[in-house]
Amino acid sequence: MATAALFERRGFMSRPSATTGWWSWVTTVDHKKIGILYGFTAFIFFLIGGIEALAIRAQLAGPDGTILDADTYNQLFTMHGITMIFLVVMPMGVGLMNYFIPLMIGARDVAFPRLNAFSYWVFALGGLFLYSSFVLGGAPSGGWFGYAPLNRELPNYGMTFYSLGLQMLGVASLAGAVNFIITILNMRAPGMTLMRMPVFIWMSLVTSFLLLFAMPIIAVALFQLMFDRAYGANFFNPAEGGDPILWQHLFWLFGHPEVYIMILPAMGIVSEVLPTFARKPIFGYAAIVFAGIAIGFMGWGVWAHHMFTTGLGPVANAAFALSTMFIAVPTGIKIFNWIGTLWGGSIEFKPPLMFSLGFVSMFIIGGLSGVTHSIVPHDAQQQDTYYIVAHFHYVLFGGAIFGLFSGIYYWWPKIFGRYLSNGLGHLHFWLMLIGFNLTFGPFHILGLQGMPRRISVYPDEMGWNFWNLISTIGSGVIAASVLVFILNAVRTRTKGEEAGADPWDGRTLEWSVPSPPPAYNFAEEPVVRHRDDFWHTKYIEVPEKSPRRVLAGGANGHDEHSEHGHIHLPSPSYFPAMAATGLPVMGYGVIYNDTGASWPLIVSGILIIMLSLFGWVLEPSVHEE
Amino acid sequence: MSAQEAALASTQEHHTSTGLDNTKMVMWAFLGSECLFFGSLITTYLLYRSTVLPDSGPVPSEIYDIPYTSVSSFVLLMSSLTMVLALSSSQRGDMRGMRIWLLATALLGVTFVGGQIFEFTDFVHEGLTLGSSPAGSAFFVLTGFHGAHVSVGILMLLSLVGMSMSDKLQPGAARKVELIGLYWHFVDIVWVVIFTVVYLIPLE
Repeated sequence: MATAALFERRGFMSRPSATTGWWSWVTTVDHKKIGILYGFTAFIFFLIGGIEALAIRAQLAGPDGTILDADTYNQLFTMHGITMIFLVVMPMGVGLMNYFIPLMIGARDVAFPRLNAFSYWVFALGGLFLYSSFVLGGAPSGGWFGYAPLNRELPNYGMTFYSLGLQMLGVASLAGAVNFIITILNMRAPGMTLMRMPVFIWMSLVTSFLLLFAMPIIAVALFQLMFDRAYGANFFNPAEGGDPILWQHLFWLFGHPEVYIMILPAMGIVSEVLPTFARKPIFGYAAIVFAGIAIGFMGWGVWAHHMFTTGLGPVANAAFALSTMFIAVPTGIKIFNWIGTLWGGSIEFKPPLMFSLGFVSMFIIGGLSGVTHSIVPHDAQQQDTYYIVAHFHYVLFGGAIFGLFSGIYYWWPKIFGRYLSNGLGHLHFWLMLIGFNLTFGPFHILGLQGMPRRISVYPDEMGWNFWNLISTIGSGVIAASVLVFILNAVRTRTKGEEAGADPWDGRTLEWSVPSPPPAYNFAEEPVVRHRDDFWHTKYIEVPEKSPRRVLAGGANGHDEHSEHGHIHLPSPSYFPAMAATGLPVMGYGVIYNDTGASWPLIVSGILIIMLSLFGWVLEPSVHEE
Repeated sequence: MSAQEAALASTQEHHTSTGLDNTKMVMWAFLGSECLFFGSLITTYLLYRSTVLPDSGPVPSEIYDIPYTSVSSFVLLMSSLTMVLALSSSQRGDMRGMRIWLLATALLGVTFVGGQIFEFTDFVHEGLTLGSSPAGSAFFVLTGFHGAHVSVGILMLLSLVGMSMSDKLQPGAARKVELIGLYWHFVDIVWVVIFTVVYLIPLE
C-alpha cells in the first residue's frame, strides 16, 4: 500500500525493537510498563524520603540534638517534604492510574502512549535533578512551600534547584493529566458510560482536572522565583516594593488543590477495595462520585486558610473559614459511604482491606484536626506548630500512604501474577499503624504545648522531651514495617503463591484479563452492561438471598481469543525519553547562569527538545509492518 | 471520495467515546491550563503595575507607546485571519494555498515578535528593566512569556510548511493545521487581553 511505503521513510532513527532488557524499559510506551516504572521509582524515593525523616527524628529524639547542624537539618526537612509530596505520593498514584485506568475502562492503552512515556521520564529526571543539588552546593532549605522572601534570599543554589526541579515535575504532571483526561473521556469500552465507571476512574478524572488547572499556577510562581534568583527580578523583594504575600497566594492556590490531588486517588482505591472485600457494591455510588467532584470544585475556594495569620482581614478570614468547614461535608459523605459499604458485608480481612480500614480511620482523625484549623483564632494558636505537622501527616501518611499501600496489596497479584504474603501483609499493616500513631499522635500534644515546626534543636526545660522520644521510637517502628514490606515483595518473586486472573473475586474489568495482563490488555474489546460489569458476568442477583454464582460466566480469565495478530499496539520510541533529557540540561544552564556555560547549556537543552519533538512528530505512533 | 480524502479519513476517525478527536481534545485541555498560566501572570502585573520605588526607573504605563503597540497588535490579529485561510485551503486539499497562508501567518508572527524586541530595547533604554522594579519584572515576564508562545507557534507553523514540502504532512494535514491553528488563535486572544489590560486601561 502506498501509505505504508510512505510511513517506512519517516523518522530519522530506526525504531527501537527490544521487548525485554533494560533498553525496552527506556523506550516502552506500554502503559503497564510505565506504571511499574512510576511505582518503582516512587518507592525508591519513598525510601530516600523515609531516611531523611529518620534523620530528622534522630536529631529531635532528645533536647539539644547534635546529630545534624541547622543547615543540614533545614535541607533534610525541605527535601523530605518535597520528596514525599512530589516524588512519592503523586507519582505512586499516577503509577497506579497508569496501570489501571486503561484496564478498568476496557481500553488497550492510554490516549497518548508516547506522551505518557515522556511524562515518566520528565518526572524521573526532574527528581534526579532535584537530588543532584545535594552534591552541587546544597539542597533546597526553605521548606517545601518555599515562602518568600526567604526563598529568594537563601544563599547557594538550593532554592534555584527548587524552582527548576518542581517546574519539571509540574511538566510531568501536566503531561500525565491531559493524557488521563482524554483517556477516560474518550477511550472507554462500549457501554462504559460515565456513571458506570469505577470510582477509582472518577477520582482519577477529578485529580487530573485539578492537576490541569493547579500546575500552571505554581509554574508561574516558580518562574517568578527563578527570575528573582537567577536574573535579578524583584517579584518577591520587599526592599523594592515586592509583596511576599503574592507568593503565598499563588503557592496555596496551587497548594490546596494539590492536597486533593494527593488524597483523591487514595480515596478511589479505597472505594474499590472496600466493596471487593465486603462483598457488596459500593454504598451510594452517585453520592461518592458527586462528593469527589464537589471536592474538586470546592478545593479551589479554601486556599487562604493557610494564610489566616498574614492579616487578610476579617471578611476574607471569615469567608475562607466557612468554605473550609464546608468542604468537610463532601469528605464526610464519602466516609459515610465507606462505612455503609462495610455495614452488613461479609468482610474478609485481607491486607488490602486492612490498609483501607487504616485509611478511613486515620483520615477521620486528620480530617477532624483539619476542621479545627478552619476556626481562625484557633488557627492562630496552631500556626507553625507541630499540631499542623500532626494534621497533615494524618491525612497524607495515614490517608494517602495507607490508601496507596492498600492499592499495592490489592493490585499486586494483577501486576505480577503472585500474591503478596498474607501474614507479612498483616504484620506490615499493624507495625505501620502502631508506628504511625506513635510517631504522629504525639505531635498533636507537642503542637498544643507550643513546639514550633522547623526547629533543629529545642532546650531541655520546655517539657517536650518525652513525646519527642516516643515519636522517634515510632518512626523506627514505621521503618521496620517498610522493611517487612520489602521482604514481602522480594519473597513474593520466588515464593509467592500464584494468583489467577481474579484472585479477590473482583468486580471491575481489570480482573477479567489474565495476571499479568497481556501487552494488548483485552483480546476482544469488552462490552459493558452494568456498573461492576465483571461481577455481573459471574453472579446473578436473587432477591433477598446472597448472589448466586453463574457457572458459565466470563469469570475464567483465560484468553480464548489468541488470534491477536491484528491488534496494532503503539510501538516503542526513543523520543519521549530523549526529549525529557533536554529539561535538566536547560535547568543546569539556569543554575549556572553566572558562568560561561549557562547559555550553551540552555541552547543545547532547547535543541535536544526540538530535535526529539521533530523525531516524535515524524515517527508514526504505530509501526507498520 | 478521492484517495486523498480516504487517507485523511482513515487516520482521523478513530472511534472515541465522545466522538471528538483525541488530539483536538488534548489541545483544548492544554489551552485550558494555559488560561490559568496567563491568568496568574496578568494578576501579578495588575498587583505590581505601579509598584516602582522612587529612583527605580519609570512606571511602565508612563512609557507605553500606544500607537506603536496598536500597530503590532493589529499585525498579530491579522495573523489569525491568515491562519483561518490556511486551514480553509488545507481542508480543500489545496496544499499550495495552505503553504502560502501558513508562511504569511508565520511572517506576521515574526513581525510581531520583532516589534516586541524593538519595544523591549526601547524600554530598557528608558530605564525599565527586569530588575528595575516589581512593575518591570511583572511587565517583562508577562509579555516575554507571550512572545515565547508566539515564537513556539512560528516554529510549529514553519514545521508544518517544511513537512508539507517533503510530503510528510499527509495524511491528516487539515487536522494538524487545525490543531496548530487552535494554539495560534489562543495566543492571539491572550494578546487581546494583555493589550487591553496592560496597555489600554489607565492607572487611576
